[in-house]
Amino acid sequence: MVVYLKSVFNDAGDVTLFTARFFKELFMPPFEIKEFIRQCYTIGYKSLPLVGITGFIMGLVLTLQSRPTLAEFGAESWLPGMVALSLIREIAPVITALICAGKISSGIGAELGSMKVTEQIDAMEVSAINPYKYLVVTRILATTLMVPLLVVFADGVGILGGYIGINIHSDVNMFRYFSQVLASLEFLDIIPATIKTFFFGFFIGMIGCYKGFTAANGTESVGKAANSAVVAASLTIFIIDMIAVQLTDLFF
Amino acid sequence: MIPGEANIKLPDTVFSENPVIAVKGLCKSFGKDNDVLKGVDLTVAKGENLVVLGKSGSGKSITIKCLVGLIVADKGEIKVFDIDITQLDNNALNEVRVRIGFLFQNSALYDSMTVRQNLEFPLRRHSKKLSSKEVEEKILEALGNVGLEEAIDKMPSELSGGMRKRIGLARTLILKPEIILYDEPTTGLDTITSREISELILSIQKKNKTTSIIITHDMACAKLTGDRVIILKDGVIDAEGTYDDLEKSEDEWVRSFFI
Repeated sequence: MVVYLKSVFNDAGDVTLFTARFFKELFMPPFEIKEFIRQCYTIGYKSLPLVGITGFIMGLVLTLQSRPTLAEFGAESWLPGMVALSLIREIAPVITALICAGKISSGIGAELGSMKVTEQIDAMEVSAINPYKYLVVTRILATTLMVPLLVVFADGVGILGGYIGINIHSDVNMFRYFSQVLASLEFLDIIPATIKTFFFGFFIGMIGCYKGFTAANGTESVGKAANSAVVAASLTIFIIDMIAVQLTDLFF
Repeated sequence: MIPGEANIKLPDTVFSENPVIAVKGLCKSFGKDNDVLKGVDLTVAKGENLVVLGKSGSGKSITIKCLVGLIVADKGEIKVFDIDITQLDNNALNEVRVRIGFLFQNSALYDSMTVRQNLEFPLRRHSKKLSSKEVEEKILEALGNVGLEEAIDKMPSELSGGMRKRIGLARTLILKPEIILYDEPTTGLDTITSREISELILSIQKKNKTTSIIITHDMACAKLTGDRVIILKDGVIDAEGTYDDLEKSEDEWVRSFFI
């Protein structure tokens, strides 16, 4: 038990130092702009199809599943507002973040893990290139900025999916549907939900980088880094979501 | 007397008053009861090729990784270009690292980059005033040195083991290092390719007047490239001398390397 606790506190200390180093290196030149843009492309643009399909299915399924219950109360007209609120406030951020944890965090963990095992990170270091700045700062920054954009994209596609879901059973004009969606939304629905996605993005990148960067030597550790990155990032997303919901409830 | 040191005469060029690399009392352990280096002392003169032999796990790679600060020594003094690198902060250490090349055992080419990008990556960062044309010329020159100009647009995954080593060497050479550290440069290669790599190491040393430390298990490579050979055993240098002297050593363990 003592050994386990010691290991937990050691890990917590290492993660804290790793995170603190990010904020230190973030503002120190040289700035790896080219690599940051490349990471934004890989993390953001290349995730669009997956996030789009998932967002569309989320909106469609949510509409189809909710419709019968609302119909029982004669409240079908609330469907656009309910779908939009559910998607924007909770479902799209969390599901998109979980997808990103699976795709991006594991990808970063595996990539950096294999670079570590094959001494590529050491090669950078001996060439007097700061591997933390080049590999870690760029990736964490890219996930922090790209995940919120992906969530906004998933929100939009999900609402579109909701429109198609409604039109499977009835005939609703698109303008009327979107009017109802916009009428049901307030800035207070959007802002806290968007703020939390930056934290989701930050931790998805940070956990992937930490697991990969600290992978032990040996090919087995690459798989472990990828796997543990997904598990830790997913769990962190739920914890952040819980804290964010409590804070939103308290302040807004 | 250390057994391996019997009847050893070193060439006059080997020692100088100001060695490029001077290591004194280098100790490194990994956890309790795992002392890998227990006080390594070595010097390497300018332009010298020093070959390091030893059983697997004897601390050869740890020693050269300590020389570039990849592994932090527990104890001891490491002077490179007369600068004690154990006392340097990261920025100062990087200034020394630019003058040292390191060829890793598995070449450590960046998988996501082409050969051109692998060579361009360190060059762009340390020679910011170079024009694109000059960068291209330097890349071609480095590839020319290892005879692989045609591989410039290939990915590392498209290269054979020998080609990867050569490209790794080209990447090491592109910053014109004064010291090159080779970590098992011929491991995993066939006899012919191993000889080619060994000859390449020798020609680079002659052409660029570099100082080298070569860790190897390949005795043909050691014989061809080494001005001087040291043998690590139980975390200390057990024997030291020229290849021919150590081959004739009275110590059976030392001789066993040369069979």
